[in-house]
Amino acid sequence: MDEPIETRAPVIEPGYTLGSVTDKISSIVLTRPTSNAWFVGFGLMFLLTMMLLFAMGYLFVKGVGIWGVTIPIGWGFAIVNFVWWIGIGHAGTLISAILLLLRQSWRNSINRFAEAMTLFAVACAGIFPAIHVGRPWVAYWLFPYPNTMNVWPQFRSPLVWDVFAVSTYATISALFWFIGLIPDLATLRDRSEERWKKIIYGMLAMGWRGSARHWHRYETAYLLLAGLATPLVLSVHTVVSFDFAVGIVPGWHTTIFPPYFVAGAIYSGFAMVLMLAIPIRKIYKLEDFITERHLQNSAKVMLATGLIVAYGYGIEAFMGWYSGNRYDAFLLWNRLHGPYSFFYYMLLICNLGIPQVLWISKLRSSPLWLFLVSLVVLVGMWLERFIIVVVSLHRDFLTSSWGMYYPTRWDWMTYIGTIGMFLAAMFLFVRILPMISIFEMRTLLPEAEVKE
Amino acid sequence: MKMEEQPEKPRREDVCPSKKGALDLDAARDRLAEAQGPEYWRSLEELAGSPDFQEMLHREFPKGASEWLDSVSRRGFLKLMGASLAMAGMSACTKQPLEPIVPYVKQPEEVVPGRPMFFATAFTLGGYASPVLVESHLYRPTKIEGNDQHPASLGGTDIFSQASILGMYDPDRSQTVTYLGEIRSWGSLVEALRAPLNIQKGLQGAGIRILTPTVSSPTLADQLQSFLKANPQAKWHVYEPVNRDNVLEGAKLAFGQPVETRYDFSKADVILSLDADFLYAGYPGFTRYARDFAKRRNPEAGEMSRLYVAESTPSSTGAKADHRLPVRAVEIESFVRALDMMLGDDTDRSMVRAEQQKFLDAVLADLKSHRGSSAVIAGDHQPGVVHAFVHRINQTLGNLGKTVFYTDPVDANPINQAESLKDLVADMRGGKVDILIILGGNPAYDAPADFGFADALKNTSIPLRVHLGLYQNETAELCQWHVNQAHYLEAWGDGRAYDGTVSIVQPLIAPLYEGKSACELVSMLSGQADTGGHEIVQAYWKKQHPGADFDEFWRKSLHDGWIEGTTFAAKQVANKNASFPATSRADDKAIEINFRRDPSIYDGQFSNNGWLQELPKPMNKLTWDNPVLMGPAMAERMGIKTEDLVELELNGKKVTAPVWIQVGHPDNSVTVFLGYGRRRAGRVGTGAGFDIYVLRTSATPWFTSGVVIRKVGGTYKLASTQGYQTMETPTGARPLVRTASIEEYRKEPDFAREEEPPKELTLYKPYPYAAGPYAWGMTVDMNACVGCNNCVVACQSENNIAVVGKEQTVLGRHMHWIRIDSYYQGDRDNPKAYFQPVPCQQCENAPCEVVCPVGATVHSSEGLNDMVYNRCVGTRYCSDNCPYKVRRFNFLLFQDWETSQFKMMRNPDVTVRSRGVMEKCTYCVQRINEHRIDAEREDRKIRDGELQTACQQSCPANAIVFGNINDPESKVSKLKAQGRNYGLLADLNTRPRTTYLADIRNPNPELEAEHS
Repeated sequence: MDEPIETRAPVIEPGYTLGSVTDKISSIVLTRPTSNAWFVGFGLMFLLTMMLLFAMGYLFVKGVGIWGVTIPIGWGFAIVNFVWWIGIGHAGTLISAILLLLRQSWRNSINRFAEAMTLFAVACAGIFPAIHVGRPWVAYWLFPYPNTMNVWPQFRSPLVWDVFAVSTYATISALFWFIGLIPDLATLRDRSEERWKKIIYGMLAMGWRGSARHWHRYETAYLLLAGLATPLVLSVHTVVSFDFAVGIVPGWHTTIFPPYFVAGAIYSGFAMVLMLAIPIRKIYKLEDFITERHLQNSAKVMLATGLIVAYGYGIEAFMGWYSGNRYDAFLLWNRLHGPYSFFYYMLLICNLGIPQVLWISKLRSSPLWLFLVSLVVLVGMWLERFIIVVVSLHRDFLTSSWGMYYPTRWDWMTYIGTIGMFLAAMFLFVRILPMISIFEMRTLLPEAEVKE
Repeated sequence: MKMEEQPEKPRREDVCPSKKGALDLDAARDRLAEAQGPEYWRSLEELAGSPDFQEMLHREFPKGASEWLDSVSRRGFLKLMGASLAMAGMSACTKQPLEPIVPYVKQPEEVVPGRPMFFATAFTLGGYASPVLVESHLYRPTKIEGNDQHPASLGGTDIFSQASILGMYDPDRSQTVTYLGEIRSWGSLVEALRAPLNIQKGLQGAGIRILTPTVSSPTLADQLQSFLKANPQAKWHVYEPVNRDNVLEGAKLAFGQPVETRYDFSKADVILSLDADFLYAGYPGFTRYARDFAKRRNPEAGEMSRLYVAESTPSSTGAKADHRLPVRAVEIESFVRALDMMLGDDTDRSMVRAEQQKFLDAVLADLKSHRGSSAVIAGDHQPGVVHAFVHRINQTLGNLGKTVFYTDPVDANPINQAESLKDLVADMRGGKVDILIILGGNPAYDAPADFGFADALKNTSIPLRVHLGLYQNETAELCQWHVNQAHYLEAWGDGRAYDGTVSIVQPLIAPLYEGKSACELVSMLSGQADTGGHEIVQAYWKKQHPGADFDEFWRKSLHDGWIEGTTFAAKQVANKNASFPATSRADDKAIEINFRRDPSIYDGQFSNNGWLQELPKPMNKLTWDNPVLMGPAMAERMGIKTEDLVELELNGKKVTAPVWIQVGHPDNSVTVFLGYGRRRAGRVGTGAGFDIYVLRTSATPWFTSGVVIRKVGGTYKLASTQGYQTMETPTGARPLVRTASIEEYRKEPDFAREEEPPKELTLYKPYPYAAGPYAWGMTVDMNACVGCNNCVVACQSENNIAVVGKEQTVLGRHMHWIRIDSYYQGDRDNPKAYFQPVPCQQCENAPCEVVCPVGATVHSSEGLNDMVYNRCVGTRYCSDNCPYKVRRFNFLLFQDWETSQFKMMRNPDVTVRSRGVMEKCTYCVQRINEHRIDAEREDRKIRDGELQTACQQSCPANAIVFGNINDPESKVSKLKAQGRNYGLLADLNTRPRTTYLADIRNPNPELEAEHS
């Protein structure tokens, strides 16, 4: 049940002017002294990134065998993490593109760091397909480049579609994010005190003067990019889901995967957005910009996508029985009673059970609750990919091939390392770039007189 | 712009250097001749880099020498000119044996590099020779095949002969003569023995003892007999741990003389095996028995035979049985006694347990109604009295001369080996031994524990102890002199097959490390130290075949692989018909312990063979360790789970080992396997498994009761290659192995084909395979397959498949391209067991091909799923999508790039895969291509049966048939037309080219009522 409109939290707290909005956001980058906490946080994340590089280095030297993958479980943490990270990225694009096209002005305060989150998530995701192959030094063969061998990739393979989908996604996200930054970079260029900052921001701002012509062209470009990015929200994770849906493995070979994966992606993505937004708004005192409205709306999106995901689980389980297929029936049995059943139950609790508290309006406004629920959802979505990838593979058709997957320390180091890399990038981002879109926040003010 | 300077004109001295420092090829050859094995290779490289060599190049190739001044191309030039060493005859990949060896018929006029030659020889195990053809590339043996003309095998081989090639190239083989661990030469041994032997001459050889394993070689036996004649007080002892003392005793009890028993299972309608695992390697005659047995299991070819097995531990023979009775080894005696009595119309079956009586009755009735066409066979390890009963039973049933034959013993010195070794140890302790010669074997490791052989060897200060062996093993450690033995592939010799046929053992390669054979060492003892094996063997056979046509006889024998007329004729022996008093009934409560030869390692001599260590044992698919097998009921009573460590205590000795719960194992009984826990086996075998020999005594070498088992806490990881051994799942059974009784099959011949989708069910345009000349297909007859694992090793040998080690096998990363799945079904105390060999199914609708992102796996026009190693990026999607999981991935660098011996061993026609690429069965595409090229050259098509995959060629039971399915007359097409032919997981519409012939059993209707 929604609150009546008059008592809904505002998108931006009243009492701001064009100048004060700009001041508030740009001062975080330009004048606010870097706190020790930032250094500690960034330092830790940097160390984790180094751990990632170490794990990758050892992987290249020794081979994929240092991980827990084996026959029959040829894909393990690497693919689970790949899908997890890509899924997380989808929320950023949804907020940036779809909410823009749907004229949802509440997106303005969160779209910048959400899009940054997407970029960094896609970067983390993109590491895995490159390093998880047996011969990473020829991983570029998945790209269709003209070569003297006269060989193209095998286009019927979903992994090649992934190449197109993910690279398109990375490109569009990067472009969209950067284009969105241009007016704000110009703002920073104009407001910087030190010359070196002016030069750097100036180069990045690409000569933005804020003229009417600039703005006119800018709006068009922005809308176009949003239009390009919108279908990506649906298509990228659909293509990623085809990695599994095209396979014959029971537990993979199901048509529910495209919508189920996309919903799950947005689910986990919003969870990550909230997990970033809640500490950011607290530490940098941005509660006036990232208001209760944002928390409420994000929570509602989470709840909705969570219900779609719940439907997905339900229909899978139903089909396990209804199909009469002995392999699908066993799949369900194995998830409930097999060696990994603990993780399946944890999955149901994390993805279906706990997030139902979001039905309670008061909890949707509570940053602490949302943070915790988001964490639970992120864990749950990781477990979902684990169940799909590992638990389906470990017991398929021939009982003689059944095996177990045990992740090794290198699997964990690589995964935690990417989390470190992601957060290190976020730390850098909030330090050197405006984490909220300044010019778009200005449009929210009544004095901006924005005509719809 | 600067003017380009004229390049400096090469000075005359640089282009045409002086003669100083010229390369002396002869001297270089001599230097190389001294180097052996891996040193030989290194020398060539050094030779190529030496300044002398470079000088030589200058003089020989002055034109090319002008490039010499450009440092960039110098290296390339040297590489190219390194080939000139080959042309100078220095780098033939190995040295041809100096004596003329005679190749088999497939040899063309000259050696053509790239075309293999085949030589016939024989592999000996336990004294029994198995005939083999060895494929040789440029005089390097690379693969063992069967000799299909040889009467003893008709083409089959077994895992030990297949793996013997790795044994020859084993880098841990001893490479020199040593004295107290220091390198010496053969000459120094001869010198050292000169005086002691002279002294012994005066004593008529009283202090000389020679210990050998079982000898069937006529030449060696003759040499030893001559030596004993010249030294009448010397003694020849025989011992090996897996011996046939009990068989000998049984023959003596029955006939008063040693005889060899031979069976013709192709004539047997009913077979009763009393604990005889005759369908597995290690049993003399196994390859022929498997073939004959399989022939009679074909439901399309006449009446199907029926096999009853009463066994004390699950074996592959028991898996093939129509009816199986798990019974403790000690109870076999009562069983056979009752059988013998009841054949004599006695009806007292009280000595047999109640639950075994129904089986006994059924067997009796069946045997009685098949007089003259039945066969009863007893396991080698059963006590002599059981064998004696079996002889009488076969006689009573009239099987003699029809399915059971007696011949002269194959063993050239058939004595009780335990007694022989006991006498030797007594002499050793009594100070009577001055010179002890151990010709092979490892008695310090595997002698009965109560003899204390190792202790006697170490502590009784025998003045001269000489050990001849392939390895510096535990026995060599305790001897002063060790002579490195020449492997059978490097040496001249001979041996007898189980039917008496003699094969001459000819070497394929000069000894890698100048090893000596047993014949040569005995010859040295007799005073002729310089006589080579060739001369010795030829001299013996000249005596046997005097006459002017000896050369022709010799060449023919070497060419064919056996000597005409040496097969033992069946002989009549009179049964003494003695009576044997009953021994007391075994205590039902006491736990029986069974010692068995290990299905992969045999008795420990193959411990360092990686292929055999990693070969999954047929019934439980374990590798790298020997577990304690225990039945589920007993394990439950004792609260023991698989991998729990238990301590076995017997006769005051203790061994701690892990348990494996084995379904079908008789209750109150455990089985342990010999050959593990070695201390000095080499890099592969040392430390693997648990030494069971400490528990094994001479009084009861095969089974006894009174073992005490206690849990000691802790677990031990066992490496099994199969996930689950059941087709049952909680949501229903999966019809992986389709099986029916012969009655059901007759009623419904198409029973195996349910769930197969119609041919038209595909979205894709079907490829016109039928239009091409060849469409390759394969059938695997699960009726014939006895689970002997031969195909697995043959494939490993042919395709350069790596051994990954225990740790990786535990993870599931073993690399076998063909595996044998063994499934159990039914009652866990006596289940039915099935074998299903699974190679790549070469699916027409291959799920792996669709998902490979780089197109590294593609389909050929002949129906093969081709794996392109150098395109494979290693995403492993293909393995995920393969429902059969036949694709193996190189997760790490599993291949051994370094060891130079393996470079010689590998099949040059097959790529050696590096890390990060996927590999799988290719239907031996290298053989297909070779035969296609030959056929095209001769303007014909490949004939059916001409082209055989490695697995097909090695199978002794002819279970695997490969051929052209576009040819309706080919064997494989006919087999595929049979009703019992079905595709594994065919309902997935993968359209596999490899199909299976369902397992048909021939149960006794009376017994069937009880066991369903």
